[in-house]
Amino acid sequence: MIDKSLKQLGQALAAKEISSVELTTLFLDRIARLNPEINAFVTVDRDKSLAVARAADARIANGTAGPLTGIPIAQKDIFCAEGWTTTCGSKMLANFVSPYDATVIAKLHREAGMVSLGKTNMDEFAMGSSNETSYFGPVKNPWDRARVPGGSSGGSAAAVAARLAPAATGTDTGGSIRQPAALCNLTGLKPTYGVVSRYGMIAFASSLDQGGPMAASAEDCALLLNAMSGFDERDSTSLQRPAEDYARDLEKPLAGLRIGLPKEFFGDGCDPAVMAAVQAALDEYRKLGATTVDVSLPNSHLSVPAYYVIAPAEASSNLSRFDGVRYGYRAPDYDSLDDMYMKTRAQGFGAEVKRRILIGAYVLSHGYYDAYYLQAQRIRRLIADDFVAAFKSCDVIMGPTSPSTAFKLGERAADPVQMYLSDIYTIAVNLAGLPGMSIPCGFADGLPVGLQLIGDYFAEARLLNAAHRFQQATDWHRRRPADIV
Amino acid sequence: MTQWEVVIGIETHAQLATVSKIFSGASTAFGAEPNTQACAVDLALPGVLPVLNRKAVDCAIRFGLAIGARVAEKSVFERKNYFYPDLPKGYQISQFELPVVQGGSLTVQVGSGDKTYEKTINLTRAHLEEDAGKSLHEDFHGKSGIDLNRAGTPLLEIVTEPDMRSSDEAVAYARALHALVRWIGICDGNMQEGSFRCDANVSVRPKGQAEFGTRREIKNLNSFRFLKEAIDYEVHWQINEIEEGRKIRQATVLFDPDSGETRMMRSKEDAHDYRYFPDPDLLPLVISSEWIGEVKEDMWELPNDRKSRFEREYGLSSYDASLLNTNYDIGNYFEGVVLHALVSGERIGTELSKLAANWVINEVSAKMNQEGDGHPMWKFGVSSETLGHLLRRMREGVIGAKTAKELFTEFWEEARANNYAHHGGHPGKVDELVETRGLKQISDTGAIEALVDEVLTANPGNVAEFKAGKEKAFNALVGQVMKVAKGKANPQQVNELLKKKLAG
Repeated sequence: MIDKSLKQLGQALAAKEISSVELTTLFLDRIARLNPEINAFVTVDRDKSLAVARAADARIANGTAGPLTGIPIAQKDIFCAEGWTTTCGSKMLANFVSPYDATVIAKLHREAGMVSLGKTNMDEFAMGSSNETSYFGPVKNPWDRARVPGGSSGGSAAAVAARLAPAATGTDTGGSIRQPAALCNLTGLKPTYGVVSRYGMIAFASSLDQGGPMAASAEDCALLLNAMSGFDERDSTSLQRPAEDYARDLEKPLAGLRIGLPKEFFGDGCDPAVMAAVQAALDEYRKLGATTVDVSLPNSHLSVPAYYVIAPAEASSNLSRFDGVRYGYRAPDYDSLDDMYMKTRAQGFGAEVKRRILIGAYVLSHGYYDAYYLQAQRIRRLIADDFVAAFKSCDVIMGPTSPSTAFKLGERAADPVQMYLSDIYTIAVNLAGLPGMSIPCGFADGLPVGLQLIGDYFAEARLLNAAHRFQQATDWHRRRPADIV
Repeated sequence: MTQWEVVIGIETHAQLATVSKIFSGASTAFGAEPNTQACAVDLALPGVLPVLNRKAVDCAIRFGLAIGARVAEKSVFERKNYFYPDLPKGYQISQFELPVVQGGSLTVQVGSGDKTYEKTINLTRAHLEEDAGKSLHEDFHGKSGIDLNRAGTPLLEIVTEPDMRSSDEAVAYARALHALVRWIGICDGNMQEGSFRCDANVSVRPKGQAEFGTRREIKNLNSFRFLKEAIDYEVHWQINEIEEGRKIRQATVLFDPDSGETRMMRSKEDAHDYRYFPDPDLLPLVISSEWIGEVKEDMWELPNDRKSRFEREYGLSSYDASLLNTNYDIGNYFEGVVLHALVSGERIGTELSKLAANWVINEVSAKMNQEGDGHPMWKFGVSSETLGHLLRRMREGVIGAKTAKELFTEFWEEARANNYAHHGGHPGKVDELVETRGLKQISDTGAIEALVDEVLTANPGNVAEFKAGKEKAFNALVGQVMKVAKGKANPQQVNELLKKKLAG
């Protein structure tokens, strides 16, 4: 049961082979057994989950169930969920119980009838690429417990990789769905900016943040995206477009598909073993009838510096609301208003969050704004233009998701720049607002390697198609850590 | 001795009269229990997002059209970042580089009577932003309470060029602006509740000097009197400082109405770096010409248009027309009076219009002015129907002018006594009192003739004087007739009959 796809689970529930309560119990029991070692979940509430499972069983019984009703899912702890502690991986919100549901939660929970198993660990306020910045301790990579699962959606990735959940939600600001998917052998999709509502998703960098699914396969991701996406009047950056079935093109043959290979993604800086797996995957695509074409993204080397101006700038402002006045952490002793602010924020935020707030405040400050913030916005435009040009000669862009496989816990924690370079291939996609995926494409020294697929705006169905056909021809995505049973 | 010139610019925060907040669906009503009108968005819970209220934009467009400004096709909401407990997000959503209303001007009447002059004040801009909550420092035993009901209330911040040269000009501008925002229905103008608050930027310079002096900004003036007093004090203080050899340093100051002085709030060195940047949660505000057209269609007559119409349709002088357009209500009132003063079958003519205008300007405005700043300008003690009816009865000859004035005053006092909870008197009451008190004018020619004969017989001296060419004697005779008639004889008829008899 734990290896079944979402479609198969849906069929099993519909056929009454298993009830949602039984299925939920099965995963809750796995969490109880394996989570102490993996630390993928920060909050589990058995009673709450089972109550929802019972409601799902009722829907299945009375014929009002949808394709995902009764299937358990793990929620990244960045999504506010009514009655659930919602921490965003921070001491600042360790005691915050949300009084409302994020749109994504409402859609998955209320509309699709999925059962939340709990809230997953993450880098604090989604700032990190290793899950080591979480106030609740690092998450262990199920493939090697001495290694990181990637981040910031590391808890979601580890949960699905260890089959503590059939699927999970994630968010991606600079690679936070795709990089952990790559490091944990999952399929993860970051949709076009504006496809998934950001309402109730705690903001890191508003112009880059986008929620998306993390699961075992492209097919699972397509079903989840169907349930998560859609216009939301409560999010002004949500896009008003007709609803689409992201699974509609899954089976389309790939003959004639033009794959663009940016020379900037195939140069130095990538682990050769990772590159070998990526090349082998491209060979597989050629066998499936696709052709490859060289393209260039000449400004991609500027994406990391531009990102580390724009994202901290927005974050420095987004995180101002965590001031100890209305909710969340407040320092116990203070002797003035300013003292309360300073102590609360000094004690409530971790080092990486403080670093980014400082960077952000700096680049927005008087006299530096033009040189940093405006300049970064100009670069952002150039990077987006590069993609527009590249998509004139190809349908999908491919390359490695991450320059390396999962690294050791603590290995990069002391070197922020080294850590930031983990996202060197993923960040440009966020800056341009494009959809991107990572799919399992092989192993290097026993560790998973991810292949990144980048599509044009709103090309999610095409990306999912390319990923699905590859997964029909390969079995990388079916593998799971041998010692996880 | 140096002659000083005062330079004043004004920033006004007008709360927009929308039902819900600028970026959330919570109510904007004033006076609710603290924090009962603050939703998740207003409280800045984690994850919430702003959604622009189009009604607030409608208000900005209205204002732009009313002052002949450019309504920007594209404007941008930015974040103004600073920490304060009544600012839940840690930033205020405002407009900075690209405001929604750009330019425009307001022409105002300064002074009164013969010394009145017209002055045009240019506006720099008007932009949309959200109001903050309120800190409550009382009743919390050494702690502060926060009420976020006001947080997110839409504001239009209206900024002038430094065009004013005296506190009188500043007050004339503020009054005209106040009347205008109410006129176009975008702000209730309630200054006690903080719906309309002014900041004044004040500097002085030697007459003839081209560059401006260093300015100080007086914050949060919520009455016209305080605006005047604060500026006058500040000007006096600045001149004194300079004459004593000290330099003015740029600063923000507060006005203390009790002492009548301004005091330093913060110097320029302490000023925040607000780290403005475009709010990534909101798309640029794009206003199409169709949108502007829809708003325009919904707007009623603007002050200048109505002033021209009053001159054209009622035959009023430019001065009277402008006095009747100092605010929306007074002009409406005037039109109401004219309508109700018409005798049956009559059409509006210049005689009637001038009579009504004189009454509204001299009697009604005088009474309103007695009430001072705080009195809402739509709260008239006597309704336009009642005043119109009084004038109608007067024009019909039923009552004399003196009686009309007495009844009007009596009615107004009645309203004042009940604190303007309702109007004094009503048209029916006019007729009733005329009847019960016997106020009817004597218009019967025979009756008046008898009175005239009586007076002529009793006052041969006056008659002789008149016949000898003394015009004054005529007036004395009129006075005698009125006296005998207990003031109720129709003066016109008395005049005519007297003339006839004396000539005969």
